[in-house]
Amino acid sequence: MRTIDASEVTARIREMSIESNYHVDPAYVRKVEEAKAGETSSLGLMVLDQITENAALASAERVPYCQDTGVSIVFAEVGQDVRIEGGLLEDAINEGIRQGYRDGYLRGSVVNDPLRRVNTKDNTPAVIHYRVVEGNRLKLYFAAKGTGAENMSMARMLKPSDGREGVIQTIVNHVFNSGGNPCPPILLGIGLGGSIEKAALQAKWALFRELGTPNPDPLVAELEGDILEAVNRTGVGPMGMGGDTTCIAVHVETYACHIGALPICVNVECHAHRHAEVVL
Amino acid sequence: MRAIDLPLAPDVVESLSMGDMCELSGVLYTARDAAHKRMLEDAARGEPLPIDVAGQVLYYVGPTPPKPGAVIGSAGPTTSGRMDAYTPRMLELGLTGMIGKGGRSPAVVEAIARHRAVYFAAIGGTAALLAKRIREVELIAYEDLGTEAIRRLVVERFPVVVAVDSRGKDIFAEGFKEFAK
Repeated sequence: MRTIDASEVTARIREMSIESNYHVDPAYVRKVEEAKAGETSSLGLMVLDQITENAALASAERVPYCQDTGVSIVFAEVGQDVRIEGGLLEDAINEGIRQGYRDGYLRGSVVNDPLRRVNTKDNTPAVIHYRVVEGNRLKLYFAAKGTGAENMSMARMLKPSDGREGVIQTIVNHVFNSGGNPCPPILLGIGLGGSIEKAALQAKWALFRELGTPNPDPLVAELEGDILEAVNRTGVGPMGMGGDTTCIAVHVETYACHIGALPICVNVECHAHRHAEVVL
Repeated sequence: MRAIDLPLAPDVVESLSMGDMCELSGVLYTARDAAHKRMLEDAARGEPLPIDVAGQVLYYVGPTPPKPGAVIGSAGPTTSGRMDAYTPRMLELGLTGMIGKGGRSPAVVEAIARHRAVYFAAIGGTAALLAKRIREVELIAYEDLGTEAIRRLVVERFPVVVAVDSRGKDIFAEGFKEFAK
């Protein structure tokens, strides 16, 4: 049994929340840079230029890339031979968010309750998902998830007869109807199979995969490629104003499901891709 | 790139066409979800609004807190569709322009055309860049709303695209057509 002090969790969450909001994923910025060569819309090209310029500026001046510094999403992989000392893991994570959002001049974008809607001012509580894994480490994944894109997410229970084509068509229609709202060029996290909540969790988890790496299952990897191509044929384009660059990557995660079910969830990520991870 | 002064003169509004890239200079007011709700509650009670929106441009933004020495934090546009429920009434009150991101409902596009107004799209997520074009910030009302309070901004060469012009031409309804395969 290995012990980890709760204060260390707090310190690392604090750091990840600040740094990821100032420095968005460089792989995403590279993808946007590469997309410029294939973008035939002059307006679209202007948008892509402004995005890469913004990334460089936010990084150099250490200011938030986007004013929506997001709801804080944390995935905690807890080794079953780890013991957290000095407080609850959940409290330690939330304290890190509180300190990071205060010290990093990040926006408090969370209300205490969906009906009362009073801003908590420090972006707490985070949305936290736990998974117990082998070993004596604690791995923490952090994301700042902007709501323009999150609001364009979707879950649906398809029929098994809808099949692969139904999956692609559902996603394409959804991206087309979302237009400029999720701030394209987007990343699509897709959960396929499981149950309604499993599909949603998988869709979110898919966004944490290293950008643009294919699913190890070749059948799923091929589906990812076909979805990407189909979505980029919609013409939605950068910020929805028309163009060739709508989506820069598709990550699909699958899970076993009922003989009568084909659950799908699409979690949309904007070009402000703020992700970080750390192993304790 | 067209240089446009704020507030917008009526003939300038008429001259703007869908897809025009513009740089705005002058005064804007910030308002997003909660400020819209409260303003229209004030109006429904017959009370004066904290700002006279007639002839003005609203920017849908909730900035991050300013770092020491900065006039404002990062300040990009939020999704305009959430303001659709309030916009026809704001246009009736004389609002001439809006800045946000993403599409508007058919009812809003129709109201924009009827009131000869304009909707500009700023580039969502480019909040560090857009903050650089904001020169002055003054808190006007609803301080308790924090980031959602109404602020008066003075901007210089603030980059936007005409998304819905005064004739109701809508880039979010038409822009994709040329590029769809």
